Amino acid sequence: MDLYSFLIQLLNGIQYGLLLFLVASGLTLIFGIMGIINLAHGSFYMVGAYMAFSLAALTGSLFVAVVLGSVLCVLLGIALEWALFSRLYQRDHLEQVLLTYGLILVFEELRSLIVGNDVHSVAVPDLFNWSIPLTDTLSYPVYRLFMSAVCIVLAVLLYLLIARTRLGMMIRAGASNREMVQALGINIKLVYRLVFALGVALAAFAGMIAAPVSSVYPGMGTGVLIICFVVVVIGGIGSIWGALFASLLIGLADTFGQVLLPEAAGVIVYVLMAVILLWRPEGLFRRV
Amino acid sequence: MDQDQTRRVGHGWRMTGTLAAALLAAAGLLQVAGQAQAQAQPKLKIGLMLPYTGTYAALGNSITNAFKLAIEENAGKVGGREIEYFVVDDESDPAKAPDNANKLVKRDNVDVLVGSVHSGVALAMAKVARDNNTLLIDPNAGANELTGALCAPNIFRTSFSNSQPGIAMGQVMAEQKKKTAVTLTWNYAAGTESVDGFKEAFEAGGGKVIKEMALPFPQVEFQPYLTEIAALKPDVVYVFFAGGGAVKFVKDYAAAGLGKTIPLVGAGFLTDGTLEAQGDAAQGLLTTLHYGDGLNNPKNNAFRAAYMKAYKTEPDVYAVQGYDAAQLLIAGMNAVKGDTAKRAELVKAMETAKLDSPRGPFALTRSHNPIQDIYLRKVEGKENKVIGVAVKNLTDPPRGCKL
Repeated sequence: MDLYSFLIQLLNGIQYGLLLFLVASGLTLIFGIMGIINLAHGSFYMVGAYMAFSLAALTGSLFVAVVLGSVLCVLLGIALEWALFSRLYQRDHLEQVLLTYGLILVFEELRSLIVGNDVHSVAVPDLFNWSIPLTDTLSYPVYRLFMSAVCIVLAVLLYLLIARTRLGMMIRAGASNREMVQALGINIKLVYRLVFALGVALAAFAGMIAAPVSSVYPGMGTGVLIICFVVVVIGGIGSIWGALFASLLIGLADTFGQVLLPEAAGVIVYVLMAVILLWRPEGLFRRV
Repeated sequence: MDQDQTRRVGHGWRMTGTLAAALLAAAGLLQVAGQAQAQAQPKLKIGLMLPYTGTYAALGNSITNAFKLAIEENAGKVGGREIEYFVVDDESDPAKAPDNANKLVKRDNVDVLVGSVHSGVALAMAKVARDNNTLLIDPNAGANELTGALCAPNIFRTSFSNSQPGIAMGQVMAEQKKKTAVTLTWNYAAGTESVDGFKEAFEAGGGKVIKEMALPFPQVEFQPYLTEIAALKPDVVYVFFAGGGAVKFVKDYAAAGLGKTIPLVGAGFLTDGTLEAQGDAAQGLLTTLHYGDGLNNPKNNAFRAAYMKAYKTEPDVYAVQGYDAAQLLIAGMNAVKGDTAKRAELVKAMETAKLDSPRGPFALTRSHNPIQDIYLRKVEGKENKVIGVAVKNLTDPPRGCKL
């Protein structure tokens, strides 16, 4: 591999890593900080992608669709937390797994009933629908670079929210000792409801932003679910920076693995996870 | 006391009356059943084991619709017998397939199994069919072994083998004097068998596959591979993808600017049922398959009109395969007048059947795979327009079949 190809693959890896972070960021909140095993995370991603598809067709603009869809998903998150998840905080992880697995089936069936089983695509907005030529045969789609920029902004905002704001302080306090926080007069129920809704909205937002690149198809949520858990676990549960770092690591490992060791491409990411967990069972970064 | 007695007597009378009525009714039923038995053979039990949920749900529905259409066109009968369907959603899950197939065969006692879309599921069904000597018709799954090493007298296929579209495209590309090719697919049976077919035919025609790449199913992050392709600069790229992955690959290929310099070709599934989503990125792509749009033969026109009338939607290649599965069954059962006990004659009739399919007439190899024309198709607008026959009467070598 010459230097130029290497640089392009490096770009591919970073860009893929950032995309992974975008998808995993919501799970960092719900699983990493609230401690709920949420297998339905991929379903929220799928809901977002299908919303982008339907709303963009309805409004004619992806940006309007993303704004509208995000609001709808916050409401969806609040409703789900109120109706289902709020009953699970004190319960066993197994019950969380059962509920969220059930949700996967429900969302898949709803998707099938409402939109059907066809593959759909979402048009790339005109503003970003061009490519930068890199070599005589290869060019790089600008929309991918735009997605990377969105991911970086999102990572910074999330970090600021969790580490630097009053709300973030309440969230972190609630995660380590719920009863004590309640005793101090903070409405922890409301805080959790907000965090959960934010997590759902982030997953859906990722689905919406990624829809023009990934297209929209049945079962798309299950594909991202496992890799999201890998990211959160490698990064260290509850750490935003950890998730970002782990995403980049996985993106690079996967990209270069596919180029240099194609026979092992399917397992490289998991081997990496196993090695990291042997070395640091708590993940790369500790809780912020 | 008196009253009590009367009541008891009355009760007794009523009991006797009810009993008599019941007996009469039962006798009547027996008589009716007896008549029915004398009039016709019992219903033929058909087990449809196909995906009705998940990624392949649309395919399962197409196959089922067209299968039932063919039977209705035959007055709702097969070999003179009425039909009873046993429908199972296999969820495209190979792990559940042995159980599902066994239930159909052992609990429901089906006379014939029809399925499935996913090759893993179909392989499990083939095992059950072999163990119980049940008739099996595969209306889609392309795994080469089904009509190769795992072939059996009771196993038939009305679709294609994975190699077939690959072999056809390999020949066409070699005829077009392409010298070098790169292949890319998901690393699973359907993909590797398709690519192997392409490689075999392309290299036999004087070309050279300079790199074979495969990524784990169902990953869709293609960027590293596109970078590789751009660096290798082959004359042509052959891929096998389907569904959501096919949409994404075709769009990524175009977005990376490769479409302008290195032609992309593939097995027909690359652009089948996905053109709406692929849009401009797919225009002009060449693919090979045993069916396409704009095939002008009377059977196809009649089939398309009938399907459209019955289901208010356009039929696809999967519908054609389902339709032919029913046609094959009808051909066999007519020859034995619905008597499934005459298995040898039934199999013989199915083996030698010349099916008038919407794709064009076809016969079967001795391993029960279609010998069929593979069409060369070009994407024009929302259609896979047939622009010619890539290979006439393509036979897939039945490797390892001892029939």
